[in-house]
Amino acid sequence: MLAIGLEHFLTVAAILFTIGVFGIFVNRKNVIVILMSVELMLLAVNINLVAFSAHLDDLVGQVFTLLVLTVAAAEAAIGLAILVTYYRNRGSIAVDDINSMKG
Amino acid sequence: MVTALFFYMFAALLLISALMVISLRNPVHSALFLILAFFNGAGLFLLAGAEFLAMSLVIVYVGAVLVLFLFVVMMLDIDFSELRAGMATYLPTGLFIGLVLIAELAMVFGAWVTSPDALKLRGAPAPNDITNTEALGRIIYTKYVYFFEMAGLVLLVAMIGAIVLSLHHRPDVRRQKPAEQSARRREESFTLVDVKPGEGI
Repeated sequence: MLAIGLEHFLTVAAILFTIGVFGIFVNRKNVIVILMSVELMLLAVNINLVAFSAHLDDLVGQVFTLLVLTVAAAEAAIGLAILVTYYRNRGSIAVDDINSMKG
Repeated sequence: MVTALFFYMFAALLLISALMVISLRNPVHSALFLILAFFNGAGLFLLAGAEFLAMSLVIVYVGAVLVLFLFVVMMLDIDFSELRAGMATYLPTGLFIGLVLIAELAMVFGAWVTSPDALKLRGAPAPNDITNTEALGRIIYTKYVYFFEMAGLVLLVAMIGAIVLSLHHRPDVRRQKPAEQSARRREESFTLVDVKPGEGI
């Protein structure tokens, strides 16, 4: 069981998730900071999973957190690779300029 | 008591550094604050008793992913002040969405109760006599081995994808061609010329 109440963990995770969403809206032009905000949101989700896992004494939550960590690492690697390729081809990473697939 | 103190310290630092990540002008500073945020997240994991995940968060995130972020931020030569230009115009929308989201989450928490059957539905109850890492290892490699293999496959595909995406052939660069180089024979490379004295070639 948790030494700290479950509600405390959930509150922190909820605020962190909101900060992540807020970051995506505020930094609408900057892909790198958007990726960082997505990482923050995934961290909030992981905190939720771990808190419930500890609250219920159930290890499945931690297994799931491990998988979320894996997917987040893969997402960051692919996202940054796309960013580097895009910058090499276009010389800019401003989100507004990314419109070459527009019909 | 000490636990509560540490919890509030980790939580406050986590939220402050998360705010710094989204509000700082320089993305290098953002990445550094993201590192601080993940360290504090790992502290929260430790307080919840998930030691293995806390350590893998530090190793995988701070050690690999965020260093990758720093590399990319420093490698791309971008005028970041230009990217920040429209920040003020998006601020009201962002604040509105954030407030709506936090209100929704607060409503969910307000009406939330644990089901009395919750303890019966546990997939893998944590054993008391062994450490967290050992308990996790026991179920990852047995009950959840397919999920674990799948995670490895995801990482493999991501690795190949990242290499394929960033591999770049430059025609203007002279590269080594080991096959051609080692297949060279003496006859193709030089000829013996019989130079007569006093004439030159």
